[in-house]
Amino acid sequence: MMRLTLILAAFQMLFVAPLQAQDSLPPAPYAYRQLDDPALEAKAQELMETLRCLKCQSQSIADSDASMAGDMRHQVRTRIAAGEDPEAIRAWLVERYGDYVSYAPRVTAATWPLFAIPLLLLLIAGIVLWRRIGRGQGRAA
Amino acid sequence: MRRWTLWLPLALFTFFVGLAAYQLTQPKDEFVHSGMLGKPLPEFDMRPALEGMPGASLADFKDGQPKLLNIWASWCLPCIAEAPQLEALRAGGAQIVGIAVRDKPEDVSRFLETHGNPYARIGADDLSELQLAIGSSGVPETFVIDGNGVIVHQHIGDVRESDVPKLLEILQEAGQ
Repeated sequence: MMRLTLILAAFQMLFVAPLQAQDSLPPAPYAYRQLDDPALEAKAQELMETLRCLKCQSQSIADSDASMAGDMRHQVRTRIAAGEDPEAIRAWLVERYGDYVSYAPRVTAATWPLFAIPLLLLLIAGIVLWRRIGRGQGRAA
Repeated sequence: MRRWTLWLPLALFTFFVGLAAYQLTQPKDEFVHSGMLGKPLPEFDMRPALEGMPGASLADFKDGQPKLLNIWASWCLPCIAEAPQLEALRAGGAQIVGIAVRDKPEDVSRFLETHGNPYARIGADDLSELQLAIGSSGVPETFVIDGNGVIVHQHIGDVRESDVPKLLEILQEAGQ
């Protein structure tokens, strides 16, 4: 029994520490409530899954229970309900937080090699293959 | 095939190991910097975060006097560590407008009673709207705003003792 109590106590400690820095306000109205229009909600969901929660490591705002992520979901949903384009909302956030806030890859001055190198490698592989096959046929003839 | 091409894979491998080792030794910037420096504050008008003090609006930042905009919350632990430095800033002539993020009036009052009140006014940002609009990603953060409501500087994290003179200097420059 003693042992069980200790284990339970240790288990509870896991949850106590992170809760200390939590606010006491209820979540924003649209943090956990879907939009009534399924088409708009789908749009919002798609955007929320590709926006980074700024407070938590490697989570989208759709995945995070941080209150700031909830406030971001509220903002995304209300702005989409008001007819704003999802990409305009993404651009608005990128203007404020940089590319860090978006999971959607963009071609920029810093990222273009990521897109160019695979193409270049494919091209080189093609040339090598073409020369080898070409040479092989030349020998066979 | 020439001899030297045999060494190519090893050379490439060494290059990438070297690159990774170099990057690992470089200091990493963990902060998300706001892209709003040099841009004006958005329109906003907030209820007071507690009874007996004025709330905050854009008009408060457009009276020609540069100010500090302190994003904080009573539930934020580093904000307790920051409190004496904000008091030092106030004593040094800074006007500080507090923006309390997701906070209840009674919690704000209790925090100020315990840790002091350096604020001229405190607005309540219940949906983190102003915080998101100015590119702040956490509490506490302190922005320097010039007399026309333009964001001049962002300090991320709690203000330490050594940051006080620098913030006062930036505030003074913003007033010129």
